[in-house]
Amino acid sequence: MTYFLCMIIFAIGLYAVVAKRNMIKIIIGIMVMEYALNMLFVLFGYRQGGRSPILEKAQTITNIVDPLPQALILTAIVIGLATTALMVALAVRIYEKYGTFDITKIRKLRG
Amino acid sequence: MSGINYTMIPLFVALPLTVSFLIMLLGNRVRWISDMLCTVVALALCLLSFYAVGVASGSGPLVYRMGGWLPPAGICLVLDSLSVFMLVIVNVITLIVTIYAINYMEQYTAKSKFYALFLLMLAGMNGVIVTGDMFNLFVFLEIGSIASYGLVAFGTEEEELEASFKYMIMGSIAGLFILLGIGLLYSYTSTLNMADMALVVSEKSGSKLIGFVSVLFLVGFGLKGALFPFHWWLPDAHPSAPAPISAMLSGLLIKALGVYALIRVFFSVLGATAFLPVAMVLGTMSMVIGVFLAVGQWDFKRLLAYHSISQVGYIMLGIGLGTPLGILGGLFHLFNHSMFKSLLFLNSGAVDYATGSRNLKELGGLRERMPVSASTSMVASMSIAGLPPFNGFWSKLIIIIACVDAGHPVYAAWAVVASIMTLASFMKVQKYVFFGELKEKFNAIKEVPFAMQFSMVFLAAICFLGGLLLVPAVSGDFLQSAADTVANGTEYAKMVFQSLQ
Repeated sequence: MTYFLCMIIFAIGLYAVVAKRNMIKIIIGIMVMEYALNMLFVLFGYRQGGRSPILEKAQTITNIVDPLPQALILTAIVIGLATTALMVALAVRIYEKYGTFDITKIRKLRG
Repeated sequence: MSGINYTMIPLFVALPLTVSFLIMLLGNRVRWISDMLCTVVALALCLLSFYAVGVASGSGPLVYRMGGWLPPAGICLVLDSLSVFMLVIVNVITLIVTIYAINYMEQYTAKSKFYALFLLMLAGMNGVIVTGDMFNLFVFLEIGSIASYGLVAFGTEEEELEASFKYMIMGSIAGLFILLGIGLLYSYTSTLNMADMALVVSEKSGSKLIGFVSVLFLVGFGLKGALFPFHWWLPDAHPSAPAPISAMLSGLLIKALGVYALIRVFFSVLGATAFLPVAMVLGTMSMVIGVFLAVGQWDFKRLLAYHSISQVGYIMLGIGLGTPLGILGGLFHLFNHSMFKSLLFLNSGAVDYATGSRNLKELGGLRERMPVSASTSMVASMSIAGLPPFNGFWSKLIIIIACVDAGHPVYAAWAVVASIMTLASFMKVQKYVFFGELKEKFNAIKEVPFAMQFSMVFLAAICFLGGLLLVPAVSGDFLQSAADTVANGTEYAKMVFQSLQ
């Protein structure tokens, strides 16, 4: 069930990217998609009633959450940070040149 | 097996990555050092990739364990014959483009930043090619992509920023789709190692999830590789970059990040045959639509960019046939397209460098003033249009024969139509740029500097001799074994685990 919630958030982000005209809103849409994915990854590793995967020699733990997706999303968050920073930097430069954030008005390239 | 063969593999990623940061640190203080470092690295990687051909053909895939951890728990780098094939293409073009850029990039400020991003992109592409781990594939994919977003916007003019923004949005969405696919596959197979994943997927056959994941990967890699209907960012992004980068993007990036990753994931990991007809249809549509859009263009580089879409269509058509001959043709066309499309972009860069214009209507008669650029672009045009004896002819011929052979004459007919249209649009390029009367304002132009001429002539020679790759004695270890690796599909997993023991 929660998987579907993540998918819905992902779809909302995608909608924002496709339908919005403001560049900043598009960037926010991409970030929403990213966070939906990060959440989904954590959910993949979740086990009902599981505990953190830190083991000691004497202990025997039967139910731990999967730590690998958590490690993966750390990487994914860093990559997302780089992309977002670059996107915002570009948006600022475009605003300096065109004086607008509206992508329908930023049309120097013709098809 | 000697130790040096294993330790060679991470160098393909580590060397450009290290030098990229070194250039960032030193480039602003010492002027010549970034030129020198970049050329040395490109040369070293080029030689290393040639060495790898010999090594990989002898003994099956080489596997390097990162940090000594055994796969499937640890990350591994795999060098099989398909990887070697791609590595040779990537590193040869990189060397040539680097030599070209030494002179060309004098027009821009911040040359050292250019080299730093350039090497970062190279590290990303090499990483995608050698990695044997799904998540690692995604990381390298993003390294390569982010560097290329920066390079597309390098001129920081209005058009370039706009193209880069568009490209970046599409690239990010593609990356997220791929990440979603990887996540679902991980939850299905509980492993990230490609070879291990292939084993698990083949054991648990018949799940709907694989179909869904395939679609996600097709969208993701299709966007990165500019396959129809995900092609429309490419004609904006590729022409906006400086010419050496256009050559890298069109010649290499869409292949390493798009086509290669698609082949690797679908053939070696998922073993999905249901994807083949889809690839054929999409390939044919990109082929035809790309070339029709290209004919009407008046901007030299934009025209070339549309042709990239069309030529990627040929590659996908060949691969999608799924027969050994079709795959051979597809891979051979991949090699050839890297060569002639890079050459054409370098030509357009030379014209731009000399005249400051890339509008076909403004140019004309440059043949007298720029004989080297004119004749090399003639070679490249004939190559891309598929005239014998140049390399493009042979690969298109194989693809068409393979189509007929596999019982798809309609696809073969479309391939011929697209080829004729390609010829038409390159006749237009030749007529408007190099033939005709020399405009008065271009009376004073000179041929480009020696380094740029050298790289163009070098690529033209490869275009001319490329057909020789079909001779079994030459291609046995290189082209043929790469095609065999693809055709063997999920045998990949067995071979990787064998070489681990």
